[in-house]
Amino acid sequence: MEALLAIAIGILSASGVFLILRARTFPLVLGLTLLSYAVNLFLFASGRLRMDAPPLIREGAAYTDPLPQALVLTAIVIGFGMTAYLVMLALRALSESGDDHVDAKEKS
Amino acid sequence: MESVYLIVAIVLTALAVSPLPLLLQRRSRGHAALATVLVMAVCLALLAPLVAPVMNGATLVTGFAWLPDWGLALSFRLDGLSLMFSLLILGIGLLVTLYAYYYLPEQDRLGRFYTLLLMFMASMLGVVLSENLLLLVVFWEMTSLTSFLLISYKRASHESRLSARIALAVTGGGGLALFAGVLLLGHISGSFELTQVLAAGERIRSHDLYAPMLILVLAGAFTKSAQFPFHFWLPQAMAAPTPVSAYLHSATMVKAGVFLLARLHPALAGSDLWFWAVGGTGAVTLVYAAYIAFYRYDLKGLLAYSTISHLGLITLLFGLDTPLSVVAGVFHIINHAIFKASLFMAAGIVDHECGTRDMRRVNGLFKFMPITATLAIVAAGSMAGVPLLNGFLSKEMFFAETVGHPVFEEMSWLLPTFATVAGILAVAYSSRFIHDVFFNGDPIDLPRQPHEPPRWMRAPIEVLVVLCLLVGIFPQWSIAPTLHAAAAAALQAPLPPIKLAVWHGFNAPFMMSLVAMAGGIALYAMRHPLYAFYGRLPSIHASSVFERVHESLTAFAGRLVAWLDNGSLQRYLALFFAFVLALGGWAWFSAPTGFAPVAMQAADASGVAALLMLALAAGGVLRLQRQRLTAIVLTSVIGLIVALTFVRFSAPDLALTQLAVEVVTIVLMLLALYYLPPASPAEDSVPRLARDALLALGVGIGLGAAAYAMLTSPFDTLSGFYLAQSLPGGGGSNAVNVILVDFRGFDTLGEITVLAMVGLAAHALLDQLVLKTPAVDGDGRRWSKERHPLFLAMLMRPLLPLALMVSVFIFLRGHNLPGGGFVAGLVTGVALILQYLASGIGFATARLPQRLPLFLAAGLACAAGVGAASWLFGYPFLTSAHGHIAVPLIGEVELASAMIFDLGVYLVVVSVVLMVLAELGKVSVSNEEQA
Repeated sequence: MEALLAIAIGILSASGVFLILRARTFPLVLGLTLLSYAVNLFLFASGRLRMDAPPLIREGAAYTDPLPQALVLTAIVIGFGMTAYLVMLALRALSESGDDHVDAKEKS
Repeated sequence: MESVYLIVAIVLTALAVSPLPLLLQRRSRGHAALATVLVMAVCLALLAPLVAPVMNGATLVTGFAWLPDWGLALSFRLDGLSLMFSLLILGIGLLVTLYAYYYLPEQDRLGRFYTLLLMFMASMLGVVLSENLLLLVVFWEMTSLTSFLLISYKRASHESRLSARIALAVTGGGGLALFAGVLLLGHISGSFELTQVLAAGERIRSHDLYAPMLILVLAGAFTKSAQFPFHFWLPQAMAAPTPVSAYLHSATMVKAGVFLLARLHPALAGSDLWFWAVGGTGAVTLVYAAYIAFYRYDLKGLLAYSTISHLGLITLLFGLDTPLSVVAGVFHIINHAIFKASLFMAAGIVDHECGTRDMRRVNGLFKFMPITATLAIVAAGSMAGVPLLNGFLSKEMFFAETVGHPVFEEMSWLLPTFATVAGILAVAYSSRFIHDVFFNGDPIDLPRQPHEPPRWMRAPIEVLVVLCLLVGIFPQWSIAPTLHAAAAAALQAPLPPIKLAVWHGFNAPFMMSLVAMAGGIALYAMRHPLYAFYGRLPSIHASSVFERVHESLTAFAGRLVAWLDNGSLQRYLALFFAFVLALGGWAWFSAPTGFAPVAMQAADASGVAALLMLALAAGGVLRLQRQRLTAIVLTSVIGLIVALTFVRFSAPDLALTQLAVEVVTIVLMLLALYYLPPASPAEDSVPRLARDALLALGVGIGLGAAAYAMLTSPFDTLSGFYLAQSLPGGGGSNAVNVILVDFRGFDTLGEITVLAMVGLAAHALLDQLVLKTPAVDGDGRRWSKERHPLFLAMLMRPLLPLALMVSVFIFLRGHNLPGGGFVAGLVTGVALILQYLASGIGFATARLPQRLPLFLAAGLACAAGVGAASWLFGYPFLTSAHGHIAVPLIGEVELASAMIFDLGVYLVVVSVVLMVLAELGKVSVSNEEQA
């Protein structure tokens, strides 16, 4: 199971990095989303993989590590904020330069 | 004792009041000068009550903590050494202020000059009065900066600016070395407070880091005090106005280096390295600079090299490292300051009255300005070491220390010979100063007719020359108390018996003085062949070398920046990832190995299936990235699998959040897709694709391997505390939510603040944005006329209250079961977005609150306010409270203050989602209207 998750993280980060290195804004947004998935999974994995042990306090239950979950939860929301910002920036750049290239030069 | 705070007051007054002349110059230049004098007088008055105890051997230390964790304190110290320096700084400062008033041209309003002078004086006082070594470094750098500004005072002149740059580069660079050295010193001795450092001499000298630390500290001292080979900035700095040269470059700033040697002497001296490094540098500087000084025909150039030589003498004295040589070094600091300042002022008068200071043309001035000439001759005699003048006394002490120094037992003649050579050269250049300028025929082709300067311009020189004579003739009565206090503070030990007297009998030092006199005059007599010989030697100008180095460095930096910063994001990111890979690889291969991997859980069919789907979807995104709609759909598949992973491994909160974020993100991307060009051109070259693929593979393999290594390594966590305290401490059974809103509430507050910025950025980026609305889609089909399908709209409206109720439910249970402000906010956001999508922007905005930023602010205020409220009850920020209240019909409900915090989170999330989408919506409206 651990190996599967590690492979998934590898695949997601590789795809993410490749897309981030493309020249257009849209693949960049996609790539960043994929890389966020990879990083979130990585952070989550630092609490190890335990099944049927949610960190909800009950009588006589086993718990997984809640701290990485708290970190990842905010990371997911911040990741949304970043994606939103990037999308808006892409639109702004499109309007300034009439082009969706990442190095958009201002319209002269 | 209350009066110790006066020490702090002196430095702070000088710093705070320094802009006064700049404010008063509008009245007249006299006002500016008067203000400067007043500031210095106030500082002296503040010092006055402290003089008596310090003279009796007390060391006054006072101050405040500043950054105690870093060892930085605003602490000051007044002992004999700092008192002597403070008196020099303030006393000569007063004289220079008076002198500059007459020296600088009438049309100069003087505000800038005096302000800079006061700022310099304040920093210099800070250097000598600091108890904390880090504070000392701060003031040290301030003297470099103010000196830079003073040297470049005539800012229109290229030479001034260049000289100032050289001085800043050398002394500033030395300051950095000193900083590093002081950090090491503090590390070794365990404190940055001088009291502790000075007492830790034994430990410091036996420490492994002693040698690098000493070299760094000495680099700072030697650059500041213009020791060979860093001396070249000082003759360049003569481009400064002469009052600046008199103050900074003879009496005070260049003494900061030797001051540091004296100050740290008890902590650093006493090793072979100290003897050879300090003594050797001082000896070379002493003779080399004296030799060059003899050949200077520029009056100030001669004085500059003579200053370097005398600083070398002082350095050598500290290097010799006997108790009496330290006393002699301190004594010579005073004497040199007195006679050299007066000589610079005299040189300034000559320059001022003749319009040039070239000694090949300035001759025979005795006839024109007999009083100034007499004063200058006395001061120059002191510089040469003529009996009955103060320079003679410290030079005798120097000669006495060279005779029979313990290190040179075998070659006891070496050091005295060396000293005598230096003495001969000093007499020779002093003779040149006296004879060339005031005698030696008639002036040649002077721009102005020389005459005596204004009465008060000469007064500072008179004061200083009187001091030369007083110290020289009645040393025991005039200087001995100050010298004793200063030397005792420098040694931090009982003083050896000092005999300050003009006449010690016919001993070795006296013979050496006689030889120096005779030799120096003989050398001067032979000057013509020597000058001719020197003139044939190739000369190297420090300024041109500096400029060449400076230019090549600038060019190199320019090329480097052009290569790195070429405006291509792809280049930056590729460099970034390559760097990450290199760092990661380094860490990976240098990491310690050898722990036993823990047992893994067996993979099951569902896990393999999920991984296969994820791989397929990721491959699909890569393959179909130019078919954008499909790529988005595939991305959402990946998001779903990630959410399922969270469900599988006991993270229900994460799964909820991931699902809600997924929906919002997809909607956002779809909205953006409408405006973006429908397809990317296939423009990447094969090498670039290969490079990117290689980088991506590297990062993927690296991160995957790191994850695998982490998952199979033994596990230890600090979460036991959170789990145990969640219910009793936080009042909630959902540990994740309790961590977010309670234990780590401050982090969450930071995060929602970042999120709030995104909401504001939406307005900044998208307001008034005009985008071309495409008429057809990527495949050339026209967009549907029916913008808002009736079914969707009718279905969504009743859904809204249901969705809102769900979000309230999720919010309320969040503290105990999966849910909470983040998820609830996102669900509300999704519910409202659906209304946008189904019924159009016009319908939705008409029914939604118009002032979304107000909600954003309310959310932040909620979260921060509940945190601040705990102050009212005397608890730290964000302390939570919880209790039970009975509600009719529902029963007992647990209520935690963290819930209000969570409400803030909720409000921020909802407003940000809505602000982003509303701004995107407005873009479309403005375009539809255009079309």
